[in-house]
Parts: sequence; structure tokens; C-alpha cells
Amino acid sequence: MAEPILKVSNIETYYGPIMAIRGVSFDVPQGGIVTILGANGAGKTTVLKTICGVMDPQKGSVAFEGREIQRTDPDKVMRLGISHVPEGREVFPFLTVRENLRMGAYTRRDPDGVAQDMSTVFGYFPVLKERADQRAGSLSGGEQQMLAISRALMARPKVMLLDEPSLGLSPKLVLEIFDIVTRINRERGVTILLVEQNANMALKVADYGYVLEVGRIVMADTCARLMEKDDIKEFYLGIKDQGARGQRRWKKRKTWR
Amino acid sequence: MTLNGLAVGCIYGLVALGFVLIYKATELVNFAQGDLLMLGAFVAYMAVVWWGLDYWVGFAIAVVVIAVFGALLDATVLRRVIGQPQFAVVMLTIGLGAMFRTFASVTWGSEIYTLPTPFSGVWTVGGVTLSHQYLSIVAGTLVLCGALYGFFTHTRIGVAMQATSQNQLAAYYMGIPVKLIFSLIWAISAGVATVAGILLAPVTLIDINMGLAVALKAFAAAVLGGFGSIPGALVGGIIIGLIELYAGATLPEGFKDTAPYIVLLLMLAVRPQGLFGTLGRKKV
Repeated sequence: MAEPILKVSNIETYYGPIMAIRGVSFDVPQGGIVTILGANGAGKTTVLKTICGVMDPQKGSVAFEGREIQRTDPDKVMRLGISHVPEGREVFPFLTVRENLRMGAYTRRDPDGVAQDMSTVFGYFPVLKERADQRAGSLSGGEQQMLAISRALMARPKVMLLDEPSLGLSPKLVLEIFDIVTRINRERGVTILLVEQNANMALKVADYGYVLEVGRIVMADTCARLMEKDDIKEFYLGIKDQGARGQRRWKKRKTWR
Repeated sequence: MTLNGLAVGCIYGLVALGFVLIYKATELVNFAQGDLLMLGAFVAYMAVVWWGLDYWVGFAIAVVVIAVFGALLDATVLRRVIGQPQFAVVMLTIGLGAMFRTFASVTWGSEIYTLPTPFSGVWTVGGVTLSHQYLSIVAGTLVLCGALYGFFTHTRIGVAMQATSQNQLAAYYMGIPVKLIFSLIWAISAGVATVAGILLAPVTLIDINMGLAVALKAFAAAVLGGFGSIPGALVGGIIIGLIELYAGATLPEGFKDTAPYIVLLLMLAVRPQGLFGTLGRKKV
């Protein structure tokens, strides 16, 4: 594995007195796609928020390109090259699609490059071009997700943090979005950290996966191997094991507890 | 006559605009807005009368000084109360307002001053007398609003301000320096209040309490227009100004000051979101 561009070591993050992340460590290699799987409330979003600086860890460190960035303001983290596509899209509802994209390039000073990237993202998502002068709030959920991804891309990030891009989208749209995510990774060399509940899609797209449960990493392996594991199949992919008598074992336990 | 109401309404509108800008961006209600207006008028007075500077130079100095002051106020005091209960913010800004008035009375005394202006003549158009003072207020408001509109829609930082007020977290993710933007919005808001104060100075004269009544009516204007709507603030201000004037002219003594609030109460009963209400629009 290449030298990690992003290295998270033993972070602990609290919501007030509640410990949401209980010592999580993982690496994201340069140019790779890494996924973090987990159920509701496992702490996936909190991990991303800790990386991008919206939340501060009490302990542990986040290193980006060898430099510690925990407890930095989010706008400064972003300037280093980490773009965040937040859960629930969070577009600017009263700005047009084009203005939203320009905001994505807020930190850049090269108008030519920005114009070029604008046409690239319109190439990825032609529907955004059609709606370029519409207010972002009037787009459908899927279009808003496309806009959120494009907006993050406009900053020419080195790393993109994607928080549940499949949330609330139709299966067809999910395929489309993941297809683009793969292309972004291949064509532009953007390293991707993907947080997902849709384990099936995430494991297909990513190279390496971590499983997060109640604030802890309980499993880490390449995605190909993760897909073969019984626990992943049972609890994340929903593939049901048929027992010898043609019945499902009703007391199946996760092996990592 | 209508012009007078319009002019006073413009002043209310400008102060209301200050309320709305700050509220939209930071969700704080700044009750010291009227006192910023008063401070602005005093600084202009000091520059023009004490130092003998040109009116326009004094104007510019006052706007810049108060704008910088507004930004510093945000950076040092108000940023700490973001996210605290609204009540704390209300108390804090009312307290700041009282401090400004005390400061003004210590520095400039409690006399009433007149700011000399270049607008003293009158035009008579078709038998109607138009005083330059009032015309200057309306014209000043129009120019300022045009400039602000251009700024917010056509400059990078202006659009970033809109973005920040729509979704603060997402603005952070875009690398927009949200804290700096907040300070800039305070600066603009304080600058607008100063312009209002200087334009108003020849009409009401300058004294330490000039901001109080204006701010209260401007607050009513902002609510009338639908708190959080910029055109609403201006239209609300003009409506309040006109109501006040006509009530003063046609209704018995005392209605001049109460009529705007009666209208406000009726408005809240009939259409609580205000004229240009945005209730429920800002959901993401």
C-alpha cells in the first residue's frame, strides 16, 4: 500500500458528555478509495466531521500529508485540499446551480481553471448544465447530490470525503453517482473516503473497507475479502444464510463482540 | 408632504436593513443598531464641525470608522454569544447600546448639534415644494441599496455572504472564512446605519438619543416586512414612515407614534410572517 495521504490515529470525539468515537484509527492511501461502513449512529459522520475540523477530537490525531490537522478550523482544512460532501447535501438553496459551483471554487484564484472544471462537472452531470441558472433549492434530491459532489470537486481537492451519497436516492441514481465517483477517482486521481450504509455499493466501488460499530472499528480488510465474510454478508449485505434444516438460525451473533 | 414620509421611511428602512443583514447571517438581533446610527452621526459631526473637513470627507470617515468599529465589535464581543439563548443576545446588545449612549454623552455632551449639509435648498415642482434634505435621503437610500444589491449578487465575497447566511456549515466546507464574513456583515450593517444617521442628522438633529426611537420603529419595519427579507425591510420602513406621517396629519394628537405599532399588530394578527415572509423557506 502506498504512503497514506490521510492518517487518522486513535481519535476520540465527544458530543458533550457522550463519547461518539472511541479511539478510531485508519489510513487512506494516496489515490485510493476507502470506505467506512456502519449502521445508524455508528459514528461515521462524526469521523468525517472530526477530519474536516467541524468537530474537535479530545484525543488522537489526524494527519494529512504528514501534517497534523486536528482542531483546525474547517475552512483552513479545506484549503489544504480536503473537500467534504456533507450528509444531506447541504447545497445553498437560494443560489443558482452555477453560483453554488462558483462557491465550491471560492478558494481558487485561476478563473480559467475554474471555467474548465465547471465544464468538466457539467460533463459528468449534464442535468446540472440544463439547470445551471435554477435555484439549487428547486432541484430534486438526486440533482442536489450531484451538485454537492460537483461543488466539492470544483475546489480541485486532493481528498474528497463523501458522506452517504446514496442517501434517499433511487437505485438507478445510486449506480450513476457511484459510477461518477469511480471516474473522479480514476480520471482525476482524487483520493476518496466514502462513508456509507449501502454496503453493497460501497464495497464494490472501494478498494479497502473499515467497519465501524458504536464508535469503534471492528473489522478492516480489502473490500473483496470483506464481501466474503459471513458477518458482513449477514448484517450489511442482507444475504441470509440457510441452515441445514432450511431454516435461518435465529440467534446468530456477530463474531467480533 | 409624501416625500417627507418617504424620506423618514427610507431611514427606517436602512436601519431595518441593518437588523435583517445581521439576523440573516448570524441569527442575532442587534438592538444596538440605533446607537450605531447615533455614533455614526456624531463621528460625522466631529469630522465636519470640529476638524472643519468637507461634508463628503466627513461622511466617508464616519462610515469607515463605524464600519470598522462594527467589525471589531463582532470579532471581540458578539462572536462569543452565537449559539447562546436569544435572550442573552438581546440583553447584551441592549447593554452595548446603553454603553454607546453613555460614551457619547461623556465624549460629546448631551447638547443637541446641527450637522451642516450641502442640501439646504428647495425645488418647486408644479406648486409642490421639494426640500433637498428629504430628496437627499431618498436618493442616498436608492444609491446605497443599488450598491448593496450589486455587491451581494455580483461579487465573489458578496455571493459568499449570501451562501454563508443560507448554510453556514456548507460555507465552511467551501473554505469560506465564515468568521471573517460575519465581521464583514457587521461592518456593512454598521456602515449602513451610519449613512442613515448622517442623512437623518439635518432632520432630527444630533443628540445621544436620536437612535432610540428610530431603532424601535425600524424594528417594527423589519417585522412588518418579514424579518429576514431585505426588500421587506425597505418596504416595511417606507410603509411605517408614511403611516406615521399621515397619522400625524389626520388623526388626533398621539396617534403619530402609536399608529405604526397598531398597523404592526394588525399585520401580525393577519399575516404573521410579514409582507415578504420567508417562514419555512430556509429549510435545508
